[in-house]
Amino acid sequence: MAITKFFNEMTADDGSVRAHYAGYAAWLSETPADRIARKRAEADSLFHRYGITFAVYGEESGTERLIPFDIIPRIIPAQEWKDLEAGLRQRVKALNSFIHDIYHDQEILKAGHIPAEQVLNNAQYRPEMQGVNVPCDIYAAIAGVDVVRAGAGEFYVLEDNLRVPSGVSYMLEDRRMMMRLFPELFARHRVAPVEHYPDMLLHTLRSLAPVGVTDPTVVVLTPGAYNSAYFEHAFLAQQMGVELVEGQDLFVSEDQVFMRTTQGPRRVDVIYRRVDDDFLDPKYFRKDSMLGVPGLLDAYRAGRVTVSNAIGTGVADDKSIYPYVPEMIRFYLGEEPILNNVPTYMCRKPEDLAYTLAHLPELVVKEVHGAGGYGMLVGPASTKEQIETFRQYLIANPEKYIAQPTLALSNCPTFVESGIAPRHLDLRPFVLSGTEVQMVPGGLTRVALREGSLVVNSSQGGGTKDTWVLEA
Amino acid sequence: MLSRTADHLFWMARYMERAENTARILDVTYRLSLLPQNGEEVEAMWSGMLKIMELQDAYLAKYPAYSTEAVLEFMIFDRDNPGSIYRCLRATRENAHAVRGTLTSELWETSNETWLKMRDFTVAKLLESGPGAFFEWVKYRSHLSRGVTIGTMLQDEALRFIRLGTFLERADNTARILEVKYLNLLPGADEEQAHATDYYQWSALLQSVSAFEVYRKVYRDQITPLRVAELLVLRADMPRSLARSMKEVHSNLTRVSNARSAETERLAGELESHLRFGRIERIFEGGFRKYLEDFRDRIFDLGCRISDDFLIPTSS
Repeated sequence: MAITKFFNEMTADDGSVRAHYAGYAAWLSETPADRIARKRAEADSLFHRYGITFAVYGEESGTERLIPFDIIPRIIPAQEWKDLEAGLRQRVKALNSFIHDIYHDQEILKAGHIPAEQVLNNAQYRPEMQGVNVPCDIYAAIAGVDVVRAGAGEFYVLEDNLRVPSGVSYMLEDRRMMMRLFPELFARHRVAPVEHYPDMLLHTLRSLAPVGVTDPTVVVLTPGAYNSAYFEHAFLAQQMGVELVEGQDLFVSEDQVFMRTTQGPRRVDVIYRRVDDDFLDPKYFRKDSMLGVPGLLDAYRAGRVTVSNAIGTGVADDKSIYPYVPEMIRFYLGEEPILNNVPTYMCRKPEDLAYTLAHLPELVVKEVHGAGGYGMLVGPASTKEQIETFRQYLIANPEKYIAQPTLALSNCPTFVESGIAPRHLDLRPFVLSGTEVQMVPGGLTRVALREGSLVVNSSQGGGTKDTWVLEA
Repeated sequence: MLSRTADHLFWMARYMERAENTARILDVTYRLSLLPQNGEEVEAMWSGMLKIMELQDAYLAKYPAYSTEAVLEFMIFDRDNPGSIYRCLRATRENAHAVRGTLTSELWETSNETWLKMRDFTVAKLLESGPGAFFEWVKYRSHLSRGVTIGTMLQDEALRFIRLGTFLERADNTARILEVKYLNLLPGADEEQAHATDYYQWSALLQSVSAFEVYRKVYRDQITPLRVAELLVLRADMPRSLARSMKEVHSNLTRVSNARSAETERLAGELESHLRFGRIERIFEGGFRKYLEDFRDRIFDLGCRISDDFLIPTSS
């Protein structure tokens, strides 16, 4: 089954430009090609000078690359965003309720909506969190939900990133770059601003401070300058005006977390951590971790410090739990899901495995615990050999994989070597949950630069675009 | 401020200052090497300069003999030489990268851009334009970095640690540059006699620390060793002098003062007042070279103490 028809964000099937792209398309046609070429080169050199780069794993240490930036924005009309936003808020609310439930009474398991062993035997389930109360019952304070469009008004959630979702700095820098390069475009369009995201994030983190702390000290915890997302960690700390700390800068004394400063120890109340659970506390998790803080979990369980996102959120964004999210929305909120889930075959089930093996050329197969676009098979885009290799993997370890139909991801005109051509994209909006749920309009648009590719991850050569939500 | 942040800021500033002064010291030695003299003297000059930089052994491990080209390559481009300008600029950028959130974006971008340009320099490009143009470029990047620092950074603790790094490094480096003057003195030669004869050497040295015009303005008279030394050691109005550097070290130190830094502040203050109330004749009586070496030892000690008190606290 070959997919031939894709939804184009800019032009309708009859070739006419969609209404919300009319202004941009007119600008593009009246702007001389050499001016655009000059601006694109300027964007590259600015990103280099700003050092807006990411480190690539598996290459020479310290290798930094630019994420390609495309100057054709992804534009979303107001009404479409409104629906999308409602769907995202609903989803993240349900996910937070789910995590709270799992680490307390496990009602949803008792009610039989999700097989208990799927949750309790999951590597991402943290028994250390059982019975621990967290401020406002919020576990995933920062969620980055990957959404793709298949057709008009037809959005699918691909993944709920509830651990340490990244990319928001590119959303902000892409906007800054577009405004610097093409101010005239912003005079012509009513583009909803996103620049207040860091304020919103700080507000969210402060609202989650331990009970009794009135003026909390917030820090961002980074694995360090060699982490692939270090730019973002430094950027967010700076934009929020808080300290960027590494594990070695913190210590725990009598269940209280302190940072080492030039004026002696200073108490820390809220940690926006960008370090994975496994590395957070060598006393309880990976013993060899140099990135964490011994005793952090003690302070956390004692309610003396807030760690955001909470420990153990991975149990809710695991690919094996994903199929149950619509069920969570019905169970906790009593609502019908607004956004679609992609039908998912869980290869641990014999009937799903059989189906998957019979339909490999048309499916996308992913590792349950994979991320970053590594270890996946896109059936329609793969050779016979690749498919056969994956077939062997599946037969050997079926429980490690899920399979989904290949979605007809929408595409958007994008600058490539040969000129402007359609490329597939996704969207990662960010949902902030504290005492209230907040979002900035838009998110990070990632675009697969290789022709026909459906993999948008930056580690796989994906690029980004500015995302415009037009105000009504 | 985080101790680790202060550490990165301090070293970011030190490495930038070191890159600049390495360019200055190479510049003056290079100019001196062009004065009429025989090949042996030129070799002795480069070997002496490397000795002052404490890089002689590292050089000899790589190169069999001293030549202008080899020393320049070693001191500018060598990736294994921790004292090369390449390494200094890389370390500046790495330290800045580690605390980029604490820096203004202009300051970070300046440091990043300097590094990106340095990475693109080659020996071929250097020979084409002459080493002088390259040294000039390094100096201007350092000027720019300092200007952006003062022009954009909030006057808080972060700035104090940057300034502390700049001036502690400069105190050390100016002392080393002064030592270069004595390079081509043969062992046992009379310092006094040498002083009398070498107008060109003293003027090259003055130029290397941007002090030639300053000298003329201050003394309105011919160049004499005693006055050059006075200008670069004792005159607190001379921006690159030991006295000025120590004044800045002491005042910045006082402003970041903490519960454990009293002795460090006292030692810095003591060194500053020696310079403030000292007389150049007395310094020469005891031997100028020895004075400079002692001075550098005390700067080294101060650096260790600052590290213990603020940057890498040994206990929490």
